[in-house]
Amino acid sequence: MELEPVIGLEVHAQLLTSSKIFCACSTAFGASPNHHTCPICLGMPGVLPVLNRRVVEYALRMAIATNCVINRKNYFARKNYFYPDLPKGYQISQYASPLAEHGYVEIETEGGKKKIGITRIHMEEDAGKLIHDETNPMSYVDFNRTGVPLIEIVSEPDIRSAEEAVQYLRTLRDILVYLEICDGNMEEGSFRCDANISLRPRGQKEFGTRTELKNMNSFRHVQRALEYEIKRQMFIIESGGEVVQETRLWDESQGVTYAMRGKEEAHDYRYFPDPDLVAVFIDENWIAQVRSTLPELPGAKKQRFMEEYGLSTYDAGVLTSDRFLAEYFEKCAQKCQQPKSAANWIMGDLLKLVNEDKRTIKECPVTPEHLAEIINLISEGTISGKIGKEILEEAYSTGEAPRAIVEKKGLVQITDERFIAEVIERVIAHHPEQVAQYRAGKEKVFGFFVGQVMKETQGKANPKLVNDLLREKLKN
Amino acid sequence: MELCEYTAHELSKKLRKKEVSAKEVLDSVFRRIEKVEGKVHAYISLMRETAYEQANEADLRLSKGESTELTGIPIALKDICCTKGFPTTCGSRILERFIPPYDATVIEKLRAAGAIFVGKANMDEFAMGSSTETSYFGITANPWNLERIPGGSSGGSAAAVAAHECIGAIGSDTGGSIRQPAALCGVVGLKPTYGRVSRFGLIAFASSLDQIGPITKDVEDCAIFMNHLAGYDPRESTSVPEPVPDYRDFLNREIKGWTVGVPKEYFIEGIDPEVEEIVRRAISTLEGVGARIEEISLPHTPFCVATYYIIAPAEASSNLARYDGVKYGYRSPDGRDLLEMYRKTRAQGFGDEVKRRIIIGTYVLSAGYYEAYYKKASQVRALIRRDFDLAFEKCDVILTPTTPTAAFKLGEKREDPIQMYLSDIFTISANLAGIPGIAVPGGFTKEGLPVGIQFLGNHFQEGKLLQIAHAFEREARIEKRRPDL
Ligand SMILES: [Zn+2]
Repeated sequence: MELEPVIGLEVHAQLLTSSKIFCACSTAFGASPNHHTCPICLGMPGVLPVLNRRVVEYALRMAIATNCVINRKNYFARKNYFYPDLPKGYQISQYASPLAEHGYVEIETEGGKKKIGITRIHMEEDAGKLIHDETNPMSYVDFNRTGVPLIEIVSEPDIRSAEEAVQYLRTLRDILVYLEICDGNMEEGSFRCDANISLRPRGQKEFGTRTELKNMNSFRHVQRALEYEIKRQMFIIESGGEVVQETRLWDESQGVTYAMRGKEEAHDYRYFPDPDLVAVFIDENWIAQVRSTLPELPGAKKQRFMEEYGLSTYDAGVLTSDRFLAEYFEKCAQKCQQPKSAANWIMGDLLKLVNEDKRTIKECPVTPEHLAEIINLISEGTISGKIGKEILEEAYSTGEAPRAIVEKKGLVQITDERFIAEVIERVIAHHPEQVAQYRAGKEKVFGFFVGQVMKETQGKANPKLVNDLLREKLKN
Repeated sequence: MELCEYTAHELSKKLRKKEVSAKEVLDSVFRRIEKVEGKVHAYISLMRETAYEQANEADLRLSKGESTELTGIPIALKDICCTKGFPTTCGSRILERFIPPYDATVIEKLRAAGAIFVGKANMDEFAMGSSTETSYFGITANPWNLERIPGGSSGGSAAAVAAHECIGAIGSDTGGSIRQPAALCGVVGLKPTYGRVSRFGLIAFASSLDQIGPITKDVEDCAIFMNHLAGYDPRESTSVPEPVPDYRDFLNREIKGWTVGVPKEYFIEGIDPEVEEIVRRAISTLEGVGARIEEISLPHTPFCVATYYIIAPAEASSNLARYDGVKYGYRSPDGRDLLEMYRKTRAQGFGDEVKRRIIIGTYVLSAGYYEAYYKKASQVRALIRRDFDLAFEKCDVILTPTTPTAAFKLGEKREDPIQMYLSDIFTISANLAGIPGIAVPGGFTKEGLPVGIQFLGNHFQEGKLLQIAHAFEREARIEKRRPDL
């Protein structure tokens, strides 16, 4: 019996609004505990929530980008449960009518493109954080995060492997970051993921008993936790046991999942419409307006880069992984009209400089126009590729225009055949031993001569001319 | 006559003419409090110190001619309205030491108008009750008969007005909590349209039903208070941006040619014959000034109490979840772990009636029961609303008794929640429908207990209610009596 994993993911993404969802407090991360709080997000008696409309707009962006059907009339509901990080004793969320339903995203798998269904996307508020004193039996609550807007994105159980799960998460995160509505930071918790996983005999329709996995704080954790859980469930089933429906936590250091302690209580959240909030109506105009502000999404952009610029799947993937990198590439390619060179320069030397500097492409001091200039200087034969790299480094540290650097430093390529021929003759005359070796069939020595000629010309000689002339002269 | 016995509009004239000072008015109120508060117990706490500061400011404003009609008027605040820097208990042990760091919107507005806050009035715990007997801070007596309840939940506010321990008061009404005590204490009480007066800073009982309103000595005062309470509040999502008229414009106007609907479902078995007689007399008074009386039907009336006692506890069970001992208010010292801390805090912090409603509310929202109870009740509520929509197509206002009986005895219904719930039978519908309602004195029973007439109006028709209530007050000529304290 061949077993097949069935995985569904629940993603919580913190939205990048500057204020909280129901009060005016800041959403900034990292402030001292309870600094960003007010009577409203502290759930004090008599206070009332007022919806931050920007939250709806951000959630709409994601709903449109993931091909969802958008509900025109949106209600908020109360999810009732007691926990010290939940000051009102209920979380304001959406229940019966989520913002969006029936969407999908496309992911790349080994077997080609695959659609993963999105069951629903809804808006809700985040809870606070408990801080446990290590030395005393005392716990504290930090309400800074309380009321930070979240969207919950629930997938269909369409995922069949740990790799697909990670691919799906990366795709979601890329879209969120492209839309500039979430920073996608898993370590800081602004992009969180829980997984539901079960196994079933391949071909069977019914689902097996599932476990819910939590506490995965990176893509790597997700991958490892799912792989572990697939093996664990497989072992149980193959040895005739039964999987227990439970919540399990991933322990990264041990590399195992373990059942959450304490008895599993059946939660009844007693959802009901929040009487303090009115329905949010989303009309065609609003949707059209949000749609018109959406950027081209990573998948579509990648496809276009392959078709329009003739890039390989890999190159197109790398260049579209970041919206600003893609923008950089397009500007540069359009300016120099040499997309493949532009791609090579950006993915190679430029990103190396940027990464070494711990900067992002947005902060790169070399403009795409300047990089295009370097590429043009090379293709028109003014400079060699090697000089091109030097100019890039210079431009990176000074911000100067490449053409100006070339002129200032006298780096213009030497294409004077007579001059190069003279240099070559001199080099040949000084190295009779190597000449003899070459003529005796030792082809490798050719590189030595090229090096010598370049050294004499401070690297400025046109490499193609040097090659051609050297071969000719050495033949004689 | 002592200054404290005047109405706000009478005192306002005296204050503006400099015949009296705000301080003198306040002195009179506190003298009265010293004399009668021991018998009535209308207040949970007095704000004497800040009240005198406010009186000084009021006198300064009056001297500069920058006053409003509430400047220098001492008022009582139901202890459900958050007052910045002053304890706000909601009648509960669980909030015994709670001091809000903010003012309710209505408190801000009243401060701005120059009103003087005498104290925080007693109330049923979390406004859950019809007799003010569920307060953690002791019972309040009806000034007309100290053996009887003042009504509830705004019993402290109504008793304070009736006993002249203030000039006017602020109450809140979730199922009749302004109108019922106003009727039982012989004063005027108005529950505005849902969304008319801001709920921000009103400690929530049932969010879709709660509404703040005034309790006053006469209809004119009620109009004055409404001028200062009503208005859109951007801090409340359910607040309605409807323009606020000058409610005084509706006073001293005729109601000739108006159609007054009298719903047959409100004259049921169990209504006290004396109460019914007073209501019938009110009907003929209105007929006498040219109103057309029409019997109407509000067919879903029999379901009001049941609907209310599902929706209100459901919302309350969620609204009261925040009192968990973690952040503010009472925390049981006996909890050894989180769960025990929660359990003991809430077991010790809440009284029986509050617990009963939390349990009912939790039950009706539970998986498997939600459809049969909460959802069904919401559907019935829509039908109740429709009853009124249809009625107001042909009526200007609706007239009903406010309560089935005059004030009952202290303790009489305390152990019988169903009987207690039925005392709100005529007032609950207005909250479910979101419409405004006013209770005005209609007369006295042979025993000398006040009986109230209720007028109900269409959404945002507070003006019309004040117009007919004022006309009735003028024409009925109910003898002026003072409670014997
Ligand atoms: Zn806040």
